[in-house]
Amino acid sequence: MAERTIAWPKFGQAQILGKDTPRVYDGAKKALGLAKYAADMNTPGTLFARLLTSPHAHAIIKSLNVEPAKQVPGVKAVHVFRGVDTEVRWEGELIVAVAAERPEQAEDGLRAIAIEYEVLPHWVDDFDLAGAEAAKITDKGEPLKLTKSQGNQKKGDVEAALQEAKYVHKGTYGSAVITHMCLEPHGSHCEWKGDQLISHLSTQNVSGTAGQFAGPLGIEEAAVSINCEFIGGGFGSKFAADEWGIACAQMAKETGRPVRLMLDRGTELKVAGNRPSSLAEVTVACDADGKITAWDSNHWGTNGTGGGTVSLTVTPYVYDPPNRRRTATGIVTHTGPQRAWRAPNHPQACAYTQTAIDDLAAVAGIDSLSFVRKNLDITGRPAVYAAQLDIAAKLMDWQAKWHPRGKGQNGSVKTGLGLALHTWGGAAHAATCLVKVHPDGTVETFLGSQDIGTGIRTSIGVVAAETFGIPMTSVRVHIGSNKYPKAGPSGGSTTIGGVSGPVRRASQEALWQVLDKVAAKHSVDFATLAVKDSKVWSGDKEVCTWKQACSLLGPMGIEVRGEGPKDDGLTSAQVGGVQMAEVEVDTETGIVRMKKMVAIQDIGLVVNRLTAKSQVLGSLIMGIAYALSEERIMDPKTGRFINADLENYKLPRIGDVGELVVEFYEPESEYSRGVIGIGEPPVISPGAAISNAVANAIGVRVPILPLTPKRVLDAMKGA
Amino acid sequence: MAKKRIVSTTINGDVTEFLCEPRQTLLEVLRDTLHLTGTKEGCGNGNCGSCTISMNGRPVTSCLVLAVEAEGADLRTIEGVARGSALDEVQQAFLEEAALQCGICTPGFIMQTEALLAENPDPTEEEVRFYLAGNLCRCTGYDKIVRAVLSAARKRRMTAEAAK
Ligand code: FES
Ligand code: FES
Repeated sequence: MAERTIAWPKFGQAQILGKDTPRVYDGAKKALGLAKYAADMNTPGTLFARLLTSPHAHAIIKSLNVEPAKQVPGVKAVHVFRGVDTEVRWEGELIVAVAAERPEQAEDGLRAIAIEYEVLPHWVDDFDLAGAEAAKITDKGEPLKLTKSQGNQKKGDVEAALQEAKYVHKGTYGSAVITHMCLEPHGSHCEWKGDQLISHLSTQNVSGTAGQFAGPLGIEEAAVSINCEFIGGGFGSKFAADEWGIACAQMAKETGRPVRLMLDRGTELKVAGNRPSSLAEVTVACDADGKITAWDSNHWGTNGTGGGTVSLTVTPYVYDPPNRRRTATGIVTHTGPQRAWRAPNHPQACAYTQTAIDDLAAVAGIDSLSFVRKNLDITGRPAVYAAQLDIAAKLMDWQAKWHPRGKGQNGSVKTGLGLALHTWGGAAHAATCLVKVHPDGTVETFLGSQDIGTGIRTSIGVVAAETFGIPMTSVRVHIGSNKYPKAGPSGGSTTIGGVSGPVRRASQEALWQVLDKVAAKHSVDFATLAVKDSKVWSGDKEVCTWKQACSLLGPMGIEVRGEGPKDDGLTSAQVGGVQMAEVEVDTETGIVRMKKMVAIQDIGLVVNRLTAKSQVLGSLIMGIAYALSEERIMDPKTGRFINADLENYKLPRIGDVGELVVEFYEPESEYSRGVIGIGEPPVISPGAAISNAVANAIGVRVPILPLTPKRVLDAMKGA
Repeated sequence: MAKKRIVSTTINGDVTEFLCEPRQTLLEVLRDTLHLTGTKEGCGNGNCGSCTISMNGRPVTSCLVLAVEAEGADLRTIEGVARGSALDEVQQAFLEEAALQCGICTPGFIMQTEALLAENPDPTEEEVRFYLAGNLCRCTGYDKIVRAVLSAARKRRMTAEAAK
C-alpha cells in the first residue's frame, strides 16, 4: 500500500531486493569482450605514450636532454615530469613521457633521451628501525626522517595492569608492504574537442576528478568530461587524476591528437600506491579468567617518503581493554607513496592485534575460540560477534577439528584452525540521483558514480525496479560520467549506501506522483495503491498497467531528484564479521595450503545477494594473498622493487584458495538497519585468522605476513 | 626501422590481413590495429592470462606471440565466442554465476575455459583449477569461476546429449 514515507519494503516483502540478481546491464558486455576500459579507447589518430622512470631509488638529475627523442620517427610529444636538479626519491618515479604514433616508437623515443643522475645513498628497509635510525642517509638534504606518532595514545594504567596480570605475553608481529595490483593499471585516454577535455579515466572517482585536471591545465572544470564505464580494479588506488593523467591531457592538447597513457605493470606497482607496512612489539596481558586487561605496543613501518606507518586509531583492533599504550614511528623509505588500500589500517591492525591475543590465549592455556568469547564484552558489537561465532564454528566444525596449539596429528603435514574478528563503518557517501519516468513506463536513473567491479549498476537497477514494480529490463541505469548528478568516490564501502538511498528516494517520490494521477483518474484512494508485476493495484484489484499509469504523466514524463545520505533509515553504518581459517602446513617445505575459510558477515539490508557475496569471496582471496604470498620486496643494495611483475609478485591462483564458505548474518534486526557497505570488512580478518591457524598447526608463531615458506621454516627453526 | 610485414590470418572465421612491424606482439595488433579490444593486457609477460586467445585450436597468451607468427594461423578471440549475439554456455555461466566482477580478467578466463572444455568436456573441479592456474583474477575469489566452468560443462554436455 502506498504510504508517503521513505522506507524499504517491509521485511520479507521485497520482490527483487535481497535476491540473487546477475549483472543484467553490463555482465554480457564483459563476457563478450565488448566492455570498453580506458586502455581500450583508441579513437582515430590516437597516440600512445610510454614512460621514462628513474632506475635509482635516490638520485639527483644532473642532465636531461629530450631533444633527440623528438627527432625519432613517429614521436609527436615529449612531456618532462622532472627536470635537472630534481631529487628523485624512489625507483620508478616518472621523469619523461613520450607520445608517438605507435608504442614501439614511443619506446624508441625514450631510448634516445640522454639523462645523467648523481646517485645518492638510499634507505628502503622498513623492518629495520634501528638501522634506519643509525643510517647516515639524507633525504631532501636533511637526515633521514623518522616520524613519531603524536596525540594521547594512553588509557588507564598499563604498568599497574601488567604487574597485576596473571598472564603476560610479549611478541613481535607485522605485515609487509603490499600493492593494489589492479589487473588494469592506472591510466587514461584523453582527447580535446575544442576547449573541452574528454578523458576516459580508469577511476573510482568519476564525479571528483574533473577539478584535478582543470586546475593544472588552467581550464574550467565545466570543460572537463570524465568518463569511466568500466574499470579493471582500483581497491583504493584510483581516486586521482594523477600526474600521468594530466600529462596525457597536456600531450593531447599540444599535439591536437588523442593520447592514451596507461602505466606499464612495473611502473604501476612502483608509483601507483601500496599499503603501508606495520611492525609491532606488543605486550598483552590477561587475568586468570582470560580477560584481557592491558595492551602495550610500539609500532614502526613505512608508507614511503611520507614517513608514516599505520594509523593507531584502531589499535588494539576490535578489543578495547581498560589499559593501553601505543606509540609508532614511521620510517622514511625511498619507495613509492602509499594509497588507501581496501579497509585502510584495519587489516594490519587486525593482524598484529589478533595474533598477539591468540598467543596470549595459548600462554593462558585457553582455546582460541573460548578466549575470544570471554572478551567480546570489550568489543563494539558483542552480541553480533557472539552469534556469528556460533554460526562460523558450526560451518567450520570447529569443535571436532580443534586441537591445542601444536598438538595436532603426527607426521610432517599439520593442520590448524584460527579465527579473527573485524569491524567497519560502511556508511553512505553523498550522492544525488536523477530518475526519469517516461510516458511509456520506462525508467532511467542517472548518477555520476562508477562500478568498480562490485555490480553497482545492477544494484541501482534492483532498487529502481523494486520501487516501481517493474522488471530490471525496464530500467536503464546511467553511471560513469561526471555530467550526471554528483556521486561520491567508491572508497570506504560507501557506494552501495551512497547510491541506493538516493535511487530509492527519487523513485519513491516519482512513484507517488504517478500514483496520484492514477488515484485521480480512476477515483481510487491513493493509500490503497501499490505496484507489482508492471501493474498498479488497489488492494488485490488491478487498476491499470504501469504503462497506462505512466501515460497519465503527459508527453514529457517526470524527473525527480533524490539525495543522500539522509536520516530516514534507508542506510546506516557499522558492521562486524567473523572469519575462521583451516590450513595445512607442510613442515618440511614450509608451504601453507588453504583448506577452508568461513566468513560470516553482518551486512544490514542486502540489495543484491549475488554480488554482495562476491565482495566477500573476493575479499577472502585478497586476504589469502597478503596472508600467504604477496609482498613488495625491496633490494636494500640497489633500492629497487625487485618483484614488480606478475611472475615474482605472488598472488594466489585458482587452485590456491581452498574451500570458501560465505554467509551473511541477517536476522530481521539487521534488515531494519538499512543498507551498509561491505566491500572492505571481509578483507580484514584473513591475515590474523590464517596466521592463527598456522600457529595452531605448527605450534609456533610465524610473526610476519605473508607467511612464506621461508618465514615458516625460520619460525620453526627458532622454536 | 624494420620493414612492415603483411600477415594473413583467419580471425573468428574471417580471412584477415594486417600490416605489422616484426617486433609487434599479436596482442598489440589485435587490440590496437584490429580494434579487437576484448583481449586484455594485464602483464605483457605471460603471467596473468588476460590476453589468452585460441591459435590453431590451442590457447596461447597473445602477449608472448609475435604478430608475424600468426601468418596462416586460425585465431579465435573472445569476440568470436558468442553465437551471433547470444552468449555461449561458458559466457552465460560466467554471467549467471557471478564469475566476473571488474571483468578485466574475464575474456582470458573464458578463452581458457573454452580450450579446457574442447579438450575435456567433463572436467573435475581439480582439473578446472589446474587448467585455469595461468589466469589471474584479483576480484572474484575464484570460487564462482570454478562453479561457472563446471556448470557450463554440464550444460554443454546436456546440449550435446540432446542433439544425439
Ligand atoms: S598480458 Fe599476456 S599473460 Fe598477462
Ligand atoms: S574480475 Fe577483476 S580481475 Fe577478475
